[in-house]
Amino acid sequence: MHTLLLLIIPIVFMTIVLFLKGKTAGYVALTSSILSLVVSIIVAIHLHFNGYFDEFNHTWISSFGINFHVGIDGISLILVLLTTILTPFIILTSLQKETENSSTFYALILLMQAGMLGAFTAMDSFLFYVSYEVALIPIYFICGLWGGENRIAVTLKFFIYTLAGSLFMLVSIIYLYLQTPGNHTFEISEFYKLNLSSTQQTWIFWGFFIAFAVKIPIFPFHSWQPSTYTTAPTAGTMLLAGIMLKMGLYGLLRFVLPIAPEAVAYWNTFAIILCVCGIIYGSVIAMRQNDLKTLIAFSSLAHVGLIAAGIFSMNVQGIQGAMIQMFNHGVNAVALFFLVDLLERRSGIRLMDKFGGIASVNKRVAVVFAIVMLGSVGLPLTNGFVGEFLLLMGVYQWNMYAAMFAGLTIILGAVYMLRLYRNIFFGEISDASRSITPMSMMETIMSYKLVALIIVLGIFPNLLLNLSAPAVTKLLNLIANHSTLTSAL
Amino acid sequence: MNVVIALTITGILNLLGSIFNYRKITPLLSIIGLAAAIVFNAMYWNSNQSFFNHMMVMDNYAVAFGAICIVLAAVLIIFYNRFLGEDDHHLPEVLSIIVFSVAGAIVMVSYTNLLMLFLGVEILSISFYILAGLKRKDLGSNEAAMKYFLMGAFSTGFLLFGIALIYGTTASFDLSAIAAFVKLNGAATNYILLGGVLMILVGLLFKVAAAPFHFWTPDVYQGAPTIITAFFATVGKIASFGAFYRLFSLCFAPIASEWSGVIMVVAIITMFIGNISALQQKSLKRMLAYSSIAHAGYMLLALLSPNYMGASAILYYSIAYGISSMAAFVILHIIQTKTGTDEAMGFTGLAQKNKTLAFITAISMLSLSGIPLTAGFFGKFYLFSSAIEGGYVLLVCLSVVNSFISIYYYFKPVIESYFKNSHTDTVIELKNTEAVLLILLSIATIALGILPGFVPSI
Repeated sequence: MHTLLLLIIPIVFMTIVLFLKGKTAGYVALTSSILSLVVSIIVAIHLHFNGYFDEFNHTWISSFGINFHVGIDGISLILVLLTTILTPFIILTSLQKETENSSTFYALILLMQAGMLGAFTAMDSFLFYVSYEVALIPIYFICGLWGGENRIAVTLKFFIYTLAGSLFMLVSIIYLYLQTPGNHTFEISEFYKLNLSSTQQTWIFWGFFIAFAVKIPIFPFHSWQPSTYTTAPTAGTMLLAGIMLKMGLYGLLRFVLPIAPEAVAYWNTFAIILCVCGIIYGSVIAMRQNDLKTLIAFSSLAHVGLIAAGIFSMNVQGIQGAMIQMFNHGVNAVALFFLVDLLERRSGIRLMDKFGGIASVNKRVAVVFAIVMLGSVGLPLTNGFVGEFLLLMGVYQWNMYAAMFAGLTIILGAVYMLRLYRNIFFGEISDASRSITPMSMMETIMSYKLVALIIVLGIFPNLLLNLSAPAVTKLLNLIANHSTLTSAL
Repeated sequence: MNVVIALTITGILNLLGSIFNYRKITPLLSIIGLAAAIVFNAMYWNSNQSFFNHMMVMDNYAVAFGAICIVLAAVLIIFYNRFLGEDDHHLPEVLSIIVFSVAGAIVMVSYTNLLMLFLGVEILSISFYILAGLKRKDLGSNEAAMKYFLMGAFSTGFLLFGIALIYGTTASFDLSAIAAFVKLNGAATNYILLGGVLMILVGLLFKVAAAPFHFWTPDVYQGAPTIITAFFATVGKIASFGAFYRLFSLCFAPIASEWSGVIMVVAIITMFIGNISALQQKSLKRMLAYSSIAHAGYMLLALLSPNYMGASAILYYSIAYGISSMAAFVILHIIQTKTGTDEAMGFTGLAQKNKTLAFITAISMLSLSGIPLTAGFFGKFYLFSSAIEGGYVLLVCLSVVNSFISIYYYFKPVIESYFKNSHTDTVIELKNTEAVLLILLSIATIALGILPGFVPSI
């Protein structure tokens, strides 16, 4: 029942928020997101200590065998926690400044949260698809209404791109539905039991792969991403980079790996090569960026490429690494965008070459930025390290050379992040840097919390790893037991 | 056959309105007549009653399709009241023509005899020719009427020729007799029968505006008064599909292998021509006309898989498409009369001027493009499921490609109304009845999207 509560809270509060005005709307939305956080922590405690699988199942459209079936297992839990932890931060960041039409803005954020939680908890593939798409509508309007220049073309491209991918997923889902025996069902666990031939698996694999590759995004399906991240308002970018793209990675784990393992074992060479290309491509382009948001967008492309490569390597290290890195990447991305927003709010610009010497103007910002940056680069004892280490280990077990190239992400990441840090925080103090006034109370608290998350998860990664471990083992067993899969693993 | 009788009496009473001078109450009279027809119609649910020596049957299929047509016509008449322009002294006649055409639609979805099919098509079409030319002083409207009449008469010729050929081989107009003959003899060598099927196919494809028989559609839809276009695009299309599906699933399903290839090719061409031409249009009315061609392409998918819930799928899609299309055309009409343009720029800044109208625009456009939680999405889902079950996976993939092409043009009015600021200060206000009706339409769109179980399977 807690899972249902998680979905109901944002929707109920959304309707309330619609009738409010100004900052009140934001505070009510914040209350809602904190309530969701509390509920999700209760679910986590239940699941971890009592092994209690929280679910809710109710017939939705009986003639099609569609159920409103939501539940939280270990894999869902990490992403649900990510969503509920980051949403308050996103709302708080937006509360730092005035937003036009704030009631609509916060209502859309809550609707988006509901959609994403729906996708992460759905145990029914139809429900998953619907939530996956529903989350797209609010982000479209958030980017379109509050975005920067050229927003109309950019958001339309983003929308069509993502929807185009997911429609192929719909075809695959309907196909799988028709393969289920007897009265057909959309239940995901029933899909796991299907005995698909290798041809069938290949088609299913591609149907899902295109959908998720656009969402993640995997090179060369990424072309919507940098422009959308740059154009979107900060809250929108945080939602996209922090949470929404994890829907694609989650989909790989939930659908592609267990349903079409043989096809994955066959096609993962191709997929991992694409991922590794994305890693290098994203990093190299990030090195030449001047706009901070665009730079982080490209670095994000590199980071998620590594996560996807870990998933496709199909071993326990790769998948566990993906689980923890999905969470960490969300935290780091939101932290980075928060800091960029902080600089932009004060100086009105976010171009790297206009800044300089902030370290001697505002030490606190410099220290916080340094820690977040190191987390993103993957320095040991920060959260980024554990995830990337496991991922690289997973990819290494699959193929040494792939791991060699994928490992460049750490070196290249250090190159562009340190360049960014040097240009902004050291050197001569520029005019823009002088305007960086001290952090407000709320900003200080938020940045400390983010820094705490980064360090705590870097030192105690088991907090997360233990939550997902049983589910990952189960997933791997499922893949190994798949009857058609013989010598591939 | 109370439904047809009720409708006919309403139509005649409306006509008398001009003579006995009660034209002011004719809209009310028509609504009451249509309401009575809905009640009579509903009473036939699950009755399977047959009429006039097996000329028509009120099975659930007929009742369901009849209900959509009547409801949409009633909605249209309520809106029509507002849009009286130069022709308002012809109000009773126009209303009676609309009501008569609904009677034609009822016949088209409930026939069990090819003669009744022909009669129904004629009643509907002749009413439509007149309605298209309603703006007598407008050149476009005249062109529309003329074009529609010539093309329509031509296609009816094909239909009639096909019926004659089928009568020639099966010696019957009765659907069950034809079905029995087809089942017994097949068609592999019976070229006259096949010729008849093909002729009927051509005639009906004309009526549903499928490519390559679609050339009349954009001009007629654009020339006719917008509110009448709404009627063509919804009731006209739904009734034609009702007739189409009924004939091909009841009679010609056993020889589906002979004609399914034709339908498949036509469906693919229709979707691509409709969607790609719609991309290019500046006039939203013309864009909606092309999009209605594209929707005909999707609906043809249901014809291919009659054994797998095809009827329910086409019914659900018709409802979803009918509601959203009606809303879209009505909004377009309101905007057009206020701003004087039917291009997307008429919608610019609509969200600031009238939030309700902007919201309804967004809902109906999202539904037409098939975004989840709207009726349009579930309609597509239903059609795609039945087509995949029938084994047409590749065809569904092509429809999917078309689906996302269509987003580009359906989002134009949404983008204009939400993301751009208005340059003019025209006030756009709704009357209460219109606002209520439009809101009801969008509530229905969302409700059917969330709980599609409301629509019964047939």
